[in-house]
Amino acid sequence: MKPDDPKVKWVEEPKLGLAGKMYLPALIQGLAVTTKHLFAPKMTVSFPEQRPEIGNPLIYRGVHRLNKDEQGRVKCVACFLCATACPAHCIDIIAAPSPWPDRDKYCESFTIDELRCIFCGMCEEACPVDAVELTSLFDLTGRSREEMIFDKEKLLSVYDMTKDAEPMKSASLGGAP
Amino acid sequence: MLAISIEALIKIALLMGGLMTAAAYFVLLERWIAAWVQDRKGPNRVGIPFTKIKLFGLGQPLADGLKFIFKEEHTPRHVDKILFTLAPISILSAALAVYACIPFGSVLPKGAIPGVDHQIELIAAPGIDVGMIYIFALSSIAVYGVILGGWASNSKYSLLGGLRSSAQLIAYELPMGLSIIGVVLLSGSLRLEDVIGSQASSGMWNAFAQPLGFVIFVVASFAEAARLPFDLPEAEQELVGGYHTEYSGMRLIVYLIAEFLHMITASFLIVILFLGGWHLWGITGSTNEVTWFQAIARIVVLNVKIFGVIVFFMMIRWSWPRFRFDQLMSLAWKVMLPLGLVNLVAVACFVEYEAPLKAKLGVLGLTAAMWGLSLLAWIAAGILAPLHTDNSARKDEFVLAAEDRNLGLRSHV
Repeated sequence: MKPDDPKVKWVEEPKLGLAGKMYLPALIQGLAVTTKHLFAPKMTVSFPEQRPEIGNPLIYRGVHRLNKDEQGRVKCVACFLCATACPAHCIDIIAAPSPWPDRDKYCESFTIDELRCIFCGMCEEACPVDAVELTSLFDLTGRSREEMIFDKEKLLSVYDMTKDAEPMKSASLGGAP
Repeated sequence: MLAISIEALIKIALLMGGLMTAAAYFVLLERWIAAWVQDRKGPNRVGIPFTKIKLFGLGQPLADGLKFIFKEEHTPRHVDKILFTLAPISILSAALAVYACIPFGSVLPKGAIPGVDHQIELIAAPGIDVGMIYIFALSSIAVYGVILGGWASNSKYSLLGGLRSSAQLIAYELPMGLSIIGVVLLSGSLRLEDVIGSQASSGMWNAFAQPLGFVIFVVASFAEAARLPFDLPEAEQELVGGYHTEYSGMRLIVYLIAEFLHMITASFLIVILFLGGWHLWGITGSTNEVTWFQAIARIVVLNVKIFGVIVFFMMIRWSWPRFRFDQLMSLAWKVMLPLGLVNLVAVACFVEYEAPLKAKLGVLGLTAAMWGLSLLAWIAAGILAPLHTDNSARKDEFVLAAEDRNLGLRSHV
């Protein structure tokens, strides 16, 4: 782009008036603003004592869970779409032939490395059967690196923990239950 | 002799203890004010160790200190080790030695302490006739600490940072000196005790008599203490860092303490030279014949004033954006210096022709004349001095450069 291009809009800085050049009125203005904020209500949330409010838990991206179907089996069909979509490559799936007649495969092991996860929600978007979802649990902590690698059992237990508070998103968003 | 030494040692211990504690707690205060201005709560967790008592976060300085003790003391391999260690020491010792001549109260009443027959003055080295020169000479030594730190670090960021900071410190020393001369002329003494005494006996604080000098002194001491809006020595957001880029651990904290001490010194000087020191009308009296009540009231008044000035320092930090370096320099040389000269001449005339003018105009008229002159000088500086220096790319130059580039391109084709 050339500088004499008609599309380039040259903006001149506004000239300072006498008040601006004399500094003091602007100083007093600035001080007035900061003093007002000194006594304004504070917005800090003191976290462990006070839980922050999450707007809509259905669109919050916290810890993952693996959903179960109505018979209590894992919903995942081991199609690898989530692992393929994951930009951080933190999902690791081992597929096995399904023991149940209504589907071909299921996941023998399903691990998510929460330390690598960037909580972008792509796995959730990619899943064709709404098996993997992100919950509104945000205080994810662990005592070791190993503890932060969530396996299938742990992800299913997150479902048990959150299923009452947060129904499966697919149902509320018009997908299959 | 022994008694005097013991007296001096007690005063020094009081001062050092008070100053170090104050520096630690002013860090906490600064963080609080920063948080409150930004609608946050600020440090409120650390209280008494091993209990759940939080005490509004008043244990924070203690925790910070412990953290610094256990922090690794790292010396980069490429530095000049002796100078690298000497630089923060020099800046801190100079910052502390200044307090020898700064009064932290007035006097104790006669016979306050049994066995001492003279009146105890609350200043570490009472009666030094060149006190003010001593103070400003020592506070200029900060420049050496800054430039030594920058040089010894053997890194281009530190060296440039050191040069930048020393240029700033030296530039602002001049208007500061000019505004001090006004005070010295008015009170006729170089001793801070006498400066306060003259303000107390006339009841007219120097800030009222010479508003221009007051403003110049405040601005210059902001720059000297490297506080915002003049904190170019360490503009952590825009620049890589200043002269202490290579420092860590205890040596860095020594630099930071020295910086806070500069701020405290600056507030002491602002209060003592221009805001009447320990004087408050109708309460503190003006002579050295004090009662216990007056002696304590003077200490309280002085400290409350200093506290107010420090809070002002901290509020300014969040009220004003930082100066660019060329703006900083043009403010010092093109605005503050001429204004300082105007103030000096005005105060000199004030002192010289005080009696006839007072007969004609009265005290209020005289003060009003000083204020009017200050305002006029200020407006003139606002109109004449190019405070707003434009360094954006000029359009015509830009077009020419682009045409040159195009021509070059064409010839290649």
